[in-house]
Amino acid sequence: MIPGRKVKEHALFIICSIATLLSIAGLIILLLDAFADGLPWLDFQFLNSLPSHYPDKAGIKAALIGSVWIVGLTALFSFPIGVAAALYLEEYAPRNWFTSFINVNIANLAGVPSIVYGLLGIGLFVESLTLGRSILAGALTMTLLILPIIIVASREAIRSVPKAYREGAYALGATRWQVTREIVLPSALPGILTGTILALSRAIGEAAPMITIAALAYINFVPTSPFDRFTVMPIQIYNWVSNPIREFHHLAAAGIIVLLGVLLSMNSIAIYIRYRYQKRVR
Amino acid sequence: MIGNVKIDVRDLNVWFGQNHVLKDITLKIKRNTVTAVMGPSGCGKTTFIRALNRMNELIEGSRTTGEIYIDGKNIYDKETDVYELRKKVGMVFQKPNPFPKSIFDNIAFAPRIHGITDPKTLQEIVERSLKEAALWNEVKDRLKDSALDLSGGQQQRLCIARALAIKPEILLLDEPCSALDPSATAKVETLIRKLAENYTVIIVTHNMQQAARVSDYAAFLYAGKLIEYGGTRQIFENPQNVLTEKYITGKFG
Repeated sequence: MIPGRKVKEHALFIICSIATLLSIAGLIILLLDAFADGLPWLDFQFLNSLPSHYPDKAGIKAALIGSVWIVGLTALFSFPIGVAAALYLEEYAPRNWFTSFINVNIANLAGVPSIVYGLLGIGLFVESLTLGRSILAGALTMTLLILPIIIVASREAIRSVPKAYREGAYALGATRWQVTREIVLPSALPGILTGTILALSRAIGEAAPMITIAALAYINFVPTSPFDRFTVMPIQIYNWVSNPIREFHHLAAAGIIVLLGVLLSMNSIAIYIRYRYQKRVR
Repeated sequence: MIGNVKIDVRDLNVWFGQNHVLKDITLKIKRNTVTAVMGPSGCGKTTFIRALNRMNELIEGSRTTGEIYIDGKNIYDKETDVYELRKKVGMVFQKPNPFPKSIFDNIAFAPRIHGITDPKTLQEIVERSLKEAALWNEVKDRLKDSALDLSGGQQQRLCIARALAIKPEILLLDEPCSALDPSATAKVETLIRKLAENYTVIIVTHNMQQAARVSDYAAFLYAGKLIEYGGTRQIFENPQNVLTEKYITGKFG
């Protein structure tokens, strides 16, 4: 018997359990607080109303639709570019100093603070390309922000496709593109989709880059085209929180619930896709 | 042998980086025979057969010199279409590697990438290939099931059927039975003998009994060199080289 071995085992178990509980506790307190404040205000009228100076009439519709526009366009831009870049880096790029240089930079880009992307978006899309403070400028900025995440996740997924599949296809006379399209992409797709959805759900929660593009504007209309001005949920929530009238704080809580709802549904879709493909491949 | 030569290898050398894996291999392989390539681990057996369909090129840092003539054409010529070459020279790997697709789609994969799209033709190819690989009766009612649900032995026969689907002329088998149990091995060996009626088969094997059972000719490689090559019976009963004799009698390997 080694003395104290069981005690140590027990102690570690307790420490790890407490660590887990602490991290969950944070989420639970946040949820409880948001629900207590916001739930009474969360109704159809809230979802279907534009912002207003009167808390009773104010709603999240403009911001919700704005967020949907931003995420939709961001997905449209970032998914093809991200997947194509990942495919190039994994399947086509020669292993040389230039590829390593790109690799290091993509890893670094994934760590750049989002406000920096916001400033880049202002300079590049809003001003230089004269897109104005539009949804398009916002979506392009978000695309830059999440591209590194999508590329890194897609590369992981592509790399995890067994080499034996590729060899089997090459040995049958497949070209590189045929191997990529028929073997690599279908096998990597669940991982790529999961990574993309998680990246998009990060985009939907980001306020910093959108503050620079959308500004803290009072948007009392629903955007109908990519060139319209817009606001997104995190900014709307921030606006309400910073309003001195107490009722608006409850609206902010209701907005948080909506934002969390959207986030959780996106993550569930990611989990569902992974689950379904895993079952199909097995 | 002259008129019947299918593969003519001359001064084949392969390097992986600084590693000289195959040294001056020269041999001729006869049409519609089974040739066993034997030798201890790391002697270059697999590299040798992968030179025959230019699969070594996929490994970064590999370099090949010499010539390999198949039906009189040097496959290392600049004009050779490597995709057509691999269509003509099928390969089955050591570990069964069916694609994560249905049984049908596994077999139809190669015909499809080579331009066959007609569903009826594909159906016929799948049936013919599975029959040829002695797998049809076991899977005919579940062609839509995932190939990954098959047993190891069935998966390996599926991989053989997959290679046969584009009617190759040469079939390279890289230790096809090393991951299989004895009864599955027996099935695959019977199949190999039957395939020799229509195909030129080259099989890499560790297993001396297997080489003796299935092959007409045998090549013994050691440290990247071809030590001895001849009829299987002659190699086993009357080896000319002392290394071959030692290997065959199990003194090393």
